[in-house]
Amino acid sequence: MPDRPMIQIAGVSKAYGSFKALDDATLTIREGEFFSLLGPSGCGKTTLLRMIAGFDTPTEGTIAIDGQPMDGIPANRRPTNMVFQSYAIFPHLNVDQNVAYGLKRLKLGAAEERRRVDEALAQVSLSGLGKRGATELSGGQRQRVALARALVMRPKVLLLDEPLSALDKKLREQMQVELRRLQQAVGITFVLVTHDQYEALGMSDRIAVMFGGRIAQVAAPSQIYQRPVNRQVADFLGGMNFIRANVVETNGTAITVETAGFGRVKTEKPSGFNDETRETTLGIRPERLRVLWDDAKAKHEIAGTIVDRHYFGEITHFIVDVPGFEKTLSVSESNNFGADDLPVGAPVRLGYDPDALVALAD
Amino acid sequence: MTAAAERSGAASAHRIRRGTLLRSEQAQGIALISPTFLYALILLVAPVLVVIAHSFWTQDFLTIDRTFTLEQYRIALTEPIYRDLLARSLYISLTVSILTVFLAYPIAYYISFHGGAHKSLWLFVITIPFWTSYLLRVMSWKVILGYNGVLNSGLMGLGIIDEPSTSFLYNTNAVIITLTHAWAAFAVLPIFVSLEKVDRTLLEAAKDLGDGPIRSFLRVTLPLTLPGVISALLIVMIPTVGDYVTPKLVGGKDGVMIATAIETQFKRGANWPLGAALSVITMTVVTVMAASIVFVIRQAGRRVR
Ligand SMILES: Nc1ncnc2c1ncn2[C@@H]1O[C@H](COP(=O)(O)OP(=O)(O)O)[C@@H](O)[C@H]1O
Ligand SMILES: [Mg+2]
Repeated sequence: MPDRPMIQIAGVSKAYGSFKALDDATLTIREGEFFSLLGPSGCGKTTLLRMIAGFDTPTEGTIAIDGQPMDGIPANRRPTNMVFQSYAIFPHLNVDQNVAYGLKRLKLGAAEERRRVDEALAQVSLSGLGKRGATELSGGQRQRVALARALVMRPKVLLLDEPLSALDKKLREQMQVELRRLQQAVGITFVLVTHDQYEALGMSDRIAVMFGGRIAQVAAPSQIYQRPVNRQVADFLGGMNFIRANVVETNGTAITVETAGFGRVKTEKPSGFNDETRETTLGIRPERLRVLWDDAKAKHEIAGTIVDRHYFGEITHFIVDVPGFEKTLSVSESNNFGADDLPVGAPVRLGYDPDALVALAD
Repeated sequence: MTAAAERSGAASAHRIRRGTLLRSEQAQGIALISPTFLYALILLVAPVLVVIAHSFWTQDFLTIDRTFTLEQYRIALTEPIYRDLLARSLYISLTVSILTVFLAYPIAYYISFHGGAHKSLWLFVITIPFWTSYLLRVMSWKVILGYNGVLNSGLMGLGIIDEPSTSFLYNTNAVIITLTHAWAAFAVLPIFVSLEKVDRTLLEAAKDLGDGPIRSFLRVTLPLTLPGVISALLIVMIPTVGDYVTPKLVGGKDGVMIATAIETQFKRGANWPLGAALSVITMTVVTVMAASIVFVIRQAGRRVR
């Protein structure tokens, strides 16, 4: 049951004229999963979401929901509901009427309809606001109404297009937690579109990272963050140090590369890696390099000189020049240990775990 | 001088400066609208006041007796001929405005939703008939509906009737047809504007929540465009009640409307006070009818939810 496929996207493309907004996407989203489509603006996330909802039709490929092929089935007869980026609250209806909008057609009877509206409003913490007019709501409340209006339909899949992007930072962070909690409470498959990597990492069971109409990687947040398949994915999900590396050996799923400071490193071969390639990139996240104090020792270390530093409150960002590297390394160090005392120009030793080094396809 | 006093001094100075600024803005505003305002005052308000004044006086052969009386209103409201004319005028204008909206809505809908990049071209095309004078357009209906007209010869050619029918022209229906055609374009514009304002995402939301195209039209598009429908109804209804040219040209005996009766009082009948009373009554009835239409439609709109 947990791994039952809910949405199967097979070879789906969407072309506008000669421009491909989505190019050959293949993806399976599981039942009960919180799934995110993550990528920069214009990469085709909304396009894919709208095709799942049935607002647009793929130029190629098929989409199946819960085993049913969706070809030719219009949005109003799909087991999906959508939370629109603009929320699309009906301005001529009050909160109750907005939430009950889709139920009217089901002819549930007044009492049952009332019960389901109240239940949905309670789920999004809007109880008691049912008689409010649509124009008398704050941004956060509108967002909740949009959510309740979709949830009340008990869809198999809930689609959310950048639902939090219009909210201010604090509310956004609060809603991330609430959305995640809500998804776990109702157990509905959520497909969330976002361009915010923290949002995707924090809420999702799995993430598909997209660039230029193509899906670059599909994996769990920690995997995406720690084992990105290429430089683009690595870069999009926060800072990473890239070091040119020579390929020494590839076999099966492993790859051995060599760089100046880190020496020989054997690591996982990124998917889609061309075995003929002699040169590749080795990556390490700034927080996976740690400053070694005084005579502290680490099993693996490299040495360099601090050339710049940026203070960010809880952390300090050091720019470290390591002999033999083309570029400087970024190191982020918690200020717990007095990292803010290290001056520019001081020599540092950096400890690292070889597991934190990943080979990246270009 | 203490700091507090200084501060309050500064504040009041500020207030004064704001005050003069506001006053000058107000003055500017008044200056801007005053030509229009004066124009309206002289050509609209003053004549209406003159008419209202006359309605309380009496015609005494060639002079006007200026003692206050409600006699004209008694005549206007009790003479069956005036009641019938008023009723017919209201019936015609109501029918025309409703027909016009029914014709105009689909046109406006098509332009707004399917006009693509050529919306302004479509609107432009709709205005083309207005390049000719209204009289010519009314006359062309005479050509269509007349005894030897297009409609009769067409129907005879098809063998549907044997001899020309006289029932098309010179009656109430001819007035309704002509007025509907003349006003359709005016109704398209307000409906088009309100349709343009409907956020298309709302229609996707309705579809997402299970509505087919008809349901989402009735539950979202129509309620949100009711203001446009109301303006279209009023734009057509209010002027057509008092229409004078059309019934004169295509109305015949059956198509006479209240404006003709009013004209008669001011000219041949030479009874200005009675004409004035009829005018005031017509204006009042139109106002009441317009208000009730707005009210009824608003209520119906609320009911649909
Ligand atoms: N109806 C359309 N016609 C032409 N191009 C479109 C259309 N819809 C989207 N696009 C293009 O497709 C690309 C992907 O769009 P979209 O899926 O909205 O991106 P995002 O990832 O920001 O949601 C963009 O370059 C956009 O300009
Ligand atoms: Mg988008």
